[in-house]
Amino acid sequence: MSGKLKIRVDQDKCQGHARCKSLAPELFELDEFGNAHEVGDGSVPAGMEDKAWLAQTNCPEIAIEVQEE
Amino acid sequence: MSDSVSMMPEHPPVTDWVNDFDHTDPRWTENPFPIWDELRSECPVVHTKRFLGCYLPTTYQAVKEIAYDTEHFSSRRVIVRDVRPEVQRNAAPPITSDPPEHKPAKQLLLPPFTPDAMTKLEPRVRAICNELIDEFIEDGQCDAAARYTKHVPVRAIAHMLGIPEKDGDLFVKWIHMILELSIKNESMLVQAVQEMTAYFTGHIEHRKAHPTDDLISTLMKAKDKDGNPLEDSQVLGSLRLLLIAGIDTTWSAIGSSLWHLANTPADRDRLIAEPELMPSAIEEFLRAYSPVTMAREVMKETTISGCPVKPGNMVLLSFPAANRDPAMFPDADKVVIDRKENRHAAFGLGIHRCVGSNLARMEMTVAIEEWLKRIPDFKLDPAGKVTWSEGTVRGPRQLPVLFGKKN
Repeated sequence: MSGKLKIRVDQDKCQGHARCKSLAPELFELDEFGNAHEVGDGSVPAGMEDKAWLAQTNCPEIAIEVQEE
Repeated sequence: MSDSVSMMPEHPPVTDWVNDFDHTDPRWTENPFPIWDELRSECPVVHTKRFLGCYLPTTYQAVKEIAYDTEHFSSRRVIVRDVRPEVQRNAAPPITSDPPEHKPAKQLLLPPFTPDAMTKLEPRVRAICNELIDEFIEDGQCDAAARYTKHVPVRAIAHMLGIPEKDGDLFVKWIHMILELSIKNESMLVQAVQEMTAYFTGHIEHRKAHPTDDLISTLMKAKDKDGNPLEDSQVLGSLRLLLIAGIDTTWSAIGSSLWHLANTPADRDRLIAEPELMPSAIEEFLRAYSPVTMAREVMKETTISGCPVKPGNMVLLSFPAANRDPAMFPDADKVVIDRKENRHAAFGLGIHRCVGSNLARMEMTVAIEEWLKRIPDFKLDPAGKVTWSEGTVRGPRQLPVLFGKKN
């Protein structure tokens, strides 16, 4: 693994399937409608990279972006 | 029910699936997977003249294109039937709503169905499961569809709506009329809607004098974007939706999961030994045995995956077929309970994502966990017959199993 990861949920694409919250509860939070947002500024703490990718690859709407910094 | 079945006009058997498909054909009901594979290998979107004209996309890509395209495809009719009943305003919002009406109607229903809300409901569902199992565990056998998988969602949604759990048989009758019998007999739809309207009107009237803390009261107190109370027809339509959509669907999903585990002892034993696999197993059951096929109506001419699509036709939006597309899922025809990547579309894609998906997942998880705790070893009863529901929602309606002393 090279640099640190940063995640972002595209609010136009998220439909509230909540797969990310289930797979990586430390990285995502849900609003009152059940739509997802990244926690904080989206920086993925060391050791949580696999969970970030798991959330990304299970989002049915392809709403999660993972960037390597 | 037998009287109404005999009134149905029979559909001629299908001899050419590619040009004349019929999702009510008994072979489709029994085992649709090879049919979808055949159609997918021919063309991403096939057409039938039955049902006054209907398309069927079988690839994930084609299903996705249609689900995201609310300009050319309307949700005003979401069930493919022999006839096209007149479009009713507020039929069952938001599932029957298109933009711009869709979003405010859906936002009313989302907060009561978040994962946090489901966590609060979970202990009641766990108790329901154990009450049901208590009723038959000593027998060593049961019809799991009639005695277990049906009642879990019936009682859970009754609990949420604030209506008596004992009225469950009534709900199941209406759903059978609307989702199955009405495909070939429109009068079933009219009768069921009238009965449901009368039922819910009674509960609404009662709450005007005696307010409660349940979903019916939540909808009665809700305001539209201008701050006005909802029209009665919208409240009634959404209540119909919650009852219809919340029962057959999860009944089917739990039933198909138990059917798979009865047939596949290796998966069952692994799930008992490695309970941490339950979340991925639930997602895989949802993918492989997706119960719900929605519909759209073509409003404007367009092309989907290169295939021309013309107005006047319905579309059978087969999320179950999309979820079996090998171009999207490696080993699509295998059930892999620890599948790592699973972007399945069992709850739809785009703005119509199932509002009850968090409820369905919780009910499936709890129902299977409690079953496996109490009945870890079970198999299909070779003397019985498994039957499947027809048409819009697919799942076992008879699931005879043996366990304990009879196994």
